[in-house]
Amino acid sequence: MIQQLSGTTLWCLITLMFASHINAQEFELGGEAGIEQRYFLEDALLPDQERTQGSIYLQPEFFFNWNDGDDRLVIKPFTRLDQHDSERSHADLREFHWLHQSRDWEFVAGISKVFWGQTESLHLVDIINQTDYVEAVDGEDKLGQPMLNFSYFSNYGRFSAFVLPYFRERTFASLDGRVTPPFIFDTDNPLYASSSEENNIDYALRWQYTSGDWELGFSYFAGTNRDPYLAEGFDPETNRLVLQPYYSQIQQVGIDVLAVVDAWLFKVEGIYRQDEEENVPLALQDVVVDTFFAAVVGFEYTSVGIFDSQYDLGWLVEYQFDERDQTAFVFGQNDLMIGLRFIVNDIDGTEVLIGLVQDLEDSGSYTGFLEASSRITDQWRWKLDGYFFASEQLVDPLYFLRREDFVQFTLEYYF
Amino acid sequence: MSASHRFNFGLRQVLLTILIVSCSAFTGVMANEQRGMEIAELRKAADTGWGDTEAAMLMILRNAQGQESVREIRFRSLEVIDDGDKALTIFDRPRDVSGTAFLSFSKALEPDLQWIYLPALRRVKRINSKNKSGPFMGSEFAFEDMTSFELEKYSFKYVGEDSIDGRAAFMVEQVPLDRNSGYTRQVVWVDQEHHYVLKIDFYDRKDALLKTLLLEDYRLYKDKFWRAHSSEMMNVQTEKSTQLIIDSIEFGVGLEDADFDSNKLRNVR
Repeated sequence: MIQQLSGTTLWCLITLMFASHINAQEFELGGEAGIEQRYFLEDALLPDQERTQGSIYLQPEFFFNWNDGDDRLVIKPFTRLDQHDSERSHADLREFHWLHQSRDWEFVAGISKVFWGQTESLHLVDIINQTDYVEAVDGEDKLGQPMLNFSYFSNYGRFSAFVLPYFRERTFASLDGRVTPPFIFDTDNPLYASSSEENNIDYALRWQYTSGDWELGFSYFAGTNRDPYLAEGFDPETNRLVLQPYYSQIQQVGIDVLAVVDAWLFKVEGIYRQDEEENVPLALQDVVVDTFFAAVVGFEYTSVGIFDSQYDLGWLVEYQFDERDQTAFVFGQNDLMIGLRFIVNDIDGTEVLIGLVQDLEDSGSYTGFLEASSRITDQWRWKLDGYFFASEQLVDPLYFLRREDFVQFTLEYYF
Repeated sequence: MSASHRFNFGLRQVLLTILIVSCSAFTGVMANEQRGMEIAELRKAADTGWGDTEAAMLMILRNAQGQESVREIRFRSLEVIDDGDKALTIFDRPRDVSGTAFLSFSKALEPDLQWIYLPALRRVKRINSKNKSGPFMGSEFAFEDMTSFELEKYSFKYVGEDSIDGRAAFMVEQVPLDRNSGYTRQVVWVDQEHHYVLKIDFYDRKDALLKTLLLEDYRLYKDKFWRAHSSEMMNVQTEKSTQLIIDSIEFGVGLEDADFDSNKLRNVR
């Protein structure tokens, strides 16, 4: 991936600009590194999978600026080394772009990351960057996306247009790793609806607007679906079920709204997606849907200084709806997330978030989660995460994760 | 008859006395409120017309045992005439929050508008600011202590004179009009010569003394604007304190509304 991208003219251009304009005062180096240990509460479904999994990661950031900061070059590589999982041991260029900004507009060329949306439990509208699924099950980690992006700022909000010349495949854990269903993901042989495969040029538009107590976003996307469908096949060598990712061509419109009402934040995200249904593999003929609607609706309420203390307590409630049937990546057809965020307001910035996503049609299907973190020194932070999966029904995608409950402890170093 | 007359006369006299006494007391209260308002207006006038500033600051947090933790922040602000100011805070230290940016539009009586940019997620999040009494960055400063001083936020009363470190001060009590304020009242010591603030006592919702803010090391900028290079907030109930030190401050750096746009927050460095 890194080799493929570094060859293009764009990078030559950036390198030239970089070489001719940078001096030492306008360079900053920062970043983070960490050591992570996972402990699984149950024996795995497969005999070769381990109960513990350790890894280390490094994510430096090289930042250059010139023209009083109006021109910037950001290089942010990421790499993780995993004890067991060769797929989770991976490297990625999270960012490698040139940004030029002026008072009313900005232009980005290169690999970057974009976030769209308002809700917490699911990010339906957020479509530009592919999910780096080997990193974390919450889908918050993203792969760098090559793009040309122009944005215009006005009193009527931010207008952005994107040209996305290269597609990134979703990452999947290998069978030596964990938090993955017990199937082989054939990531070496992905299927595409587009004859240009990963070189299909995708486009996107977005308008984002703030007016007093309202935040509003409309977006449009045309191109390669970031969510793969998984075509079931059979691997004659291993006698195992193989899942071959199929990336369809879609058009999607999205809306995201946030309203501040008294001490509440109300949040809505909705998407309407149309699938072109081209080159659909036989195994997926009945699975790929031509159109569907999905939404997340919820609120956040925070009580400041509970029981006359310095602590804050926040409630997060979100309802997830999806018209599609259950497939590998459609968890939230009719689910409710309830979360509780406890903020200590201490010097160390200690926070704890616990929550539950409950399937409203199947009481036995739910995911529990825990996220806690606190500062140790100026540069060190500890983090404790936990995920707990429950499911009893074979048709439920969660069923294959039912024995993947784990807690994960991370020591993070920031520099 | 006469007894009745006498009684009537007596009652009238008593009523008249009450009226005179209460009137003078009332005009006294009126006079103190008037005087308080006048001092607050002087304070506001002394700090009007500064335009925009950019400052590098240190925030030193100390617990009751004297342990310290230092934060480095950059603070950009834009004066908004007839409304609260706009402010952008960028965190440089501790390193785990480095790059985090906090944007706020102060409002006199409505809740402020606030956003936070989280660099790890490249995400800008709106914050509900209805409750202003929460701590700012785990410090002894509440969010409401960090917002600009506006006359519309309080009712004022002159309560006397005092001197702080040899400087003559007016004492003004100000009562927040926002029901979501964490304070019942504040007593402010205003410098008689330059009309800047020397000290503030903050009283909590039970009207007990909660915090004392001491402003020191005032320096003059542009021949007109005084800035305290040290502001120390001491919590008398928990014995924790936070000192805000201005390392450098620049006036008229050319900031404008466009530099305080939530849609541009992801580019803030």
